[in-house]
Amino acid sequence: MTAYLAKRLAIGLATLLVASLVVFSVLEILPGDPARIMLGLNASPEALEALRSQMGLDRPVVLRYLDWLAGMATGDFGRSYTYSSPVIELVAERVSVSLPLALMALALSTAIAIPVGIFAAARRGRLSDTIAMGIAQVGVAIPNFWFAMLLVYIFAVGLRLVPAGGFPGWGEDWGGVWQGFKALLLPAVALALPQAAILSRVTRSAMLEVMGEDYIRTARAKGLPRRAVLWRHALRNALIPVLTILGLQFAFLLAGTIIIENVFYLPGLGRLIFQAISQRDLIVVEGVVMLLVASIIVINLLVDICYAIADPRLRTGR
Amino acid sequence: MSLLEIENLSLRIGEAPILKDIDLSIAPGEVMGLVGESGSGKSMTALTMMKLLPHAARAQGRVTFDGINILAAPEAAMCRLRGDDIGMVFQEPMTALNPVKTIGEQVAEGIRWHTGVNRPDAEARARAMLERVGLPERQFPLTRYPHELSGGQRQRVVIAIACALKPKLLIADEPTTALDVVLQAQILDLLRDLVDENRMSLLLISHDLAVVADMADRTTIMRHGQVMEAGETARTLTEQVHPYTRRLAEASTHVPARAKPAAGDTSETLLKVEGVTRDYPIRRASLFAKRQSFRAVDDVSFSLARGQSMALVGRSGCGKSTLARMILALDRPTGGSIHFDGETLEDKSEDQLRPSRRHMQVVFQDPYGSFNPRHKVERLVAEPLHLLDEKPDAKRRRELVAEALEQVGLSASDMEKYPHEFSGGQRQRISIARAVITKPKLIVADEPVSALDVSIRAQILDLFADLNRRLGVAYLFITHDLTVARAITDRVMVMHEGRIVEAGDTHAVFDRPKTEAAKALVDAAPDLDRALRMRMERVSGG
Amino acid sequence: MSLDPVFTPAPERHVLVKALANRSFLIGLVITASIALMALLSFFWTPYDITRLQVADRMQGLSLVHPFGTDHMGRDILSMIMIGARNSIAVAIVAVGIGMGLGVPLGTWAAARGGWADEALMRVNDVVFAFPALLTAVMITAIFGPGAVNAIIAIGIFNVPVFARIARAGALSLWPREFILAARASGKGKALITIEHILPNIVSLLLVQGTIQFALGILAEAGLSYLGLGAQPPMPSWGRMLFEAQTRMAVAPHLALFPGLAIVVTVLGLNLLGDGLRDVLDPRLRRER
Repeated sequence: MTAYLAKRLAIGLATLLVASLVVFSVLEILPGDPARIMLGLNASPEALEALRSQMGLDRPVVLRYLDWLAGMATGDFGRSYTYSSPVIELVAERVSVSLPLALMALALSTAIAIPVGIFAAARRGRLSDTIAMGIAQVGVAIPNFWFAMLLVYIFAVGLRLVPAGGFPGWGEDWGGVWQGFKALLLPAVALALPQAAILSRVTRSAMLEVMGEDYIRTARAKGLPRRAVLWRHALRNALIPVLTILGLQFAFLLAGTIIIENVFYLPGLGRLIFQAISQRDLIVVEGVVMLLVASIIVINLLVDICYAIADPRLRTGR
Repeated sequence: MSLLEIENLSLRIGEAPILKDIDLSIAPGEVMGLVGESGSGKSMTALTMMKLLPHAARAQGRVTFDGINILAAPEAAMCRLRGDDIGMVFQEPMTALNPVKTIGEQVAEGIRWHTGVNRPDAEARARAMLERVGLPERQFPLTRYPHELSGGQRQRVVIAIACALKPKLLIADEPTTALDVVLQAQILDLLRDLVDENRMSLLLISHDLAVVADMADRTTIMRHGQVMEAGETARTLTEQVHPYTRRLAEASTHVPARAKPAAGDTSETLLKVEGVTRDYPIRRASLFAKRQSFRAVDDVSFSLARGQSMALVGRSGCGKSTLARMILALDRPTGGSIHFDGETLEDKSEDQLRPSRRHMQVVFQDPYGSFNPRHKVERLVAEPLHLLDEKPDAKRRRELVAEALEQVGLSASDMEKYPHEFSGGQRQRISIARAVITKPKLIVADEPVSALDVSIRAQILDLFADLNRRLGVAYLFITHDLTVARAITDRVMVMHEGRIVEAGDTHAVFDRPKTEAAKALVDAAPDLDRALRMRMERVSGG
Repeated sequence: MSLDPVFTPAPERHVLVKALANRSFLIGLVITASIALMALLSFFWTPYDITRLQVADRMQGLSLVHPFGTDHMGRDILSMIMIGARNSIAVAIVAVGIGMGLGVPLGTWAAARGGWADEALMRVNDVVFAFPALLTAVMITAIFGPGAVNAIIAIGIFNVPVFARIARAGALSLWPREFILAARASGKGKALITIEHILPNIVSLLLVQGTIQFALGILAEAGLSYLGLGAQPPMPSWGRMLFEAQTRMAVAPHLALFPGLAIVVTVLGLNLLGDGLRDVLDPRLRRER
């Protein structure tokens, strides 16, 4: 088990390193000169030069990469050109919206999809299975931002149950937290449902595949009824492929927040990165992309750990 | 009174008739052998008794077990029977156990379910049962997972699950087919002892007459979903009243007519293997552990003469397939050298190997997996022509394919078909046609008949013998089946844990094995005549 | 005397016949073909010219004259959807093409070569998988500014490891098979075996994955153009139409309805086609009944 986890950890770190190199190079091959973008077109050559050396742009690329990397590791993501404040502060503020949103969506999607998938597999071929999978088939095809717009139209514009957009902050007391939660509810539903549709299909087919295995017949031959076999023998084996998809989905959910935050005007990371692009505030883009990539890599590492827990074949050296 | 009584059982799956008017009865404490070739319906008969049939199956007739009408019994009643009064052992031990549950949990589960005892008590009984089937807790704690056990050990766990509650009837569906002969003998002994101890009835399903002759009091022979003949084992198999029984028995002990190899032929060496070794790295247990390796083939030397037929026998995992691959230059030795027809193989590049490859070809075990399913027979059989220096044109190619097909008893028109249009035996003929098309000097055959039914096996063995005589091709037969080795080879090598422990004239080695490994193989090998003789003695003696 | 059991080969119907008998394939095919035809038709004819702005006719509801209504500049929505289909299809096709064109050779090469090459490919895959298409598009836009090509490159890059993985897994499961060993014993090299034996046997896997990635590509393109990172005006695209509809939802919800439905129907059609293809081409994966 330790060997397996050590290997996955090493791979995760290496991936992070390569990813950082990619992000840094993207900034490097950029056609514009950051100093010029900051000072505008009319800046004097002297002022430009002064800013360049202040920003360290006159130093060799390798050194600047290492500095940048060291900065990242110690939480120094540089300063935003447009907000004139450290990127880390901007990010910290925005994470308090994006992270709860992504986690709510993930929890919602898992809580809906896995029971539905198991239920459909257990009732394979019956009407309830056909209906559930029909809905899932359509759900997979719905773009989350369009679904979000429909939700806004129905629940915010029509029924006035929740705010149509914006985020009041988490507030000081439980009332404030409730307001914040309400503001994230529709976005989380919009993010979660298309993912839940995919996940329920995967869960169902994983369950059906496992139900055809020889060991299921062995369990039936022991005298266990169909239902007990499903819960005791099929489920844990079926969860292994479901975990893979869950890991991949987290990446999609994170990316999805960029779109959904724009639909609901939520001040999260997605909105930050989007505004930073239109203002060509590349330090911010770089910092946020790095953060998102790092969290995807961490999630994949967690999935690998879950694998080892779910599948004893990974735990022993073989 | 019978424990199990099947009357007029018919079964359809969808539109296809599977079983027709099956009658079968098993008395308490009796061992019933159920024999038949693949597709004869013997497994479906067993699954009907357990009521574990596929969804689309519809059964008619009567199946009475211990006074209960099985076909009419509700699912809840069947759940009470399964695992408690009827236990079942399956063919494939590698997949029959849940990979994410410990063996202790899997044995204890049925005990808890049926008796309602608490977890520690169930575990205590599971422990005792595992100990009884030969998996003592010191070496095999209950917390082991299936992947940490070998195939034979896993089959013991499956038997422990099936026998944990001392069922009245144990159904064993080809319980040893996936195991090598030595393991087969051990598992059959275990089953026999368990049945005797607990006064269980046993329904033993097998394709192997010798196994059934050895184990069963009475035998039922099935074919095409019908019972051909049933009766007391020794009498049924010796008197052979039904013509199908006679054909089956003859095919099981079939020895192809073979000319003695001419003395002049054997003097010239075709293949010479010297000190060949093959190591495989073992994945390290931790990042800092020393890199270890597993020696699959250990310092093997032998030589094979032109036109000679040699067998390489041994238990599964003894390294015989690895050795074969190195001879075929599909794998490279870690050490030692291989000379074929005057050329060394181990140091050649793929390009330099072409002349040698032309003169050695291969026939594999699985007649289903040996062909690209998307190619027609013409293209499949013609594949080795790639090795000729001068590529034949389309017309010549078809002539060569036609010739090869006719040599193996197929017709030239078969070249237009796809492999799925042929039966298993015919596919193995196509496989042989592909091997002979370049007129090779050596054919390496890796278990070429072990996936075939006995009757087809006899025909393919005849074909091998015939080609040896007509084309003078030498064989290296890799097999775990001593009957096959005895039938078709002049010399034999016994391989054990990577080494060749005994070699010599086939009959001499098998009649008087000298080493432990060879003795174990010979003693374990099922032999129809010997089994019948012993059964007759037992009957007449008491 | 033959003891060979009477062997009647199963009547192997032609793949096409089997496919057309599959409900999901048939529905998927009809939908996908209709959308593709609609996109083709838009090159020659649309109900209205969408480059002419008719501000007097803006934001009309559904009518016989404009079946799907008009937008805030008086353009006919049906015509815009027809032309928008071109953009969606083109982006998705090129992105799947990039993914297959690079991914399949890489994946089969890694499987044939094994060892370090295989390990290296898998590690590169890990890196690419850490950049969802949207993030890549964001970075590309940050460098080169927005445009339809960004969307293609971003989605295409993400498709490469997807196809590499599928091709590698398929090839790895084939290499130890006996027919491959027989081909090696016939002196065929790894490249030739890959072309003759591996590729034809993983085509069905790739086709099924292709339809899935095609559908995902359309969804991703819609998302990118919704954010303004994809096709730029005046080129109509479904995602862009949704963006423009958003602020006018309260007064004219139909503006958001039809472009959204167009995406849903197209993606649904492709997914049905993929499910059907898988059932037809790979009987092992077919659901019982």
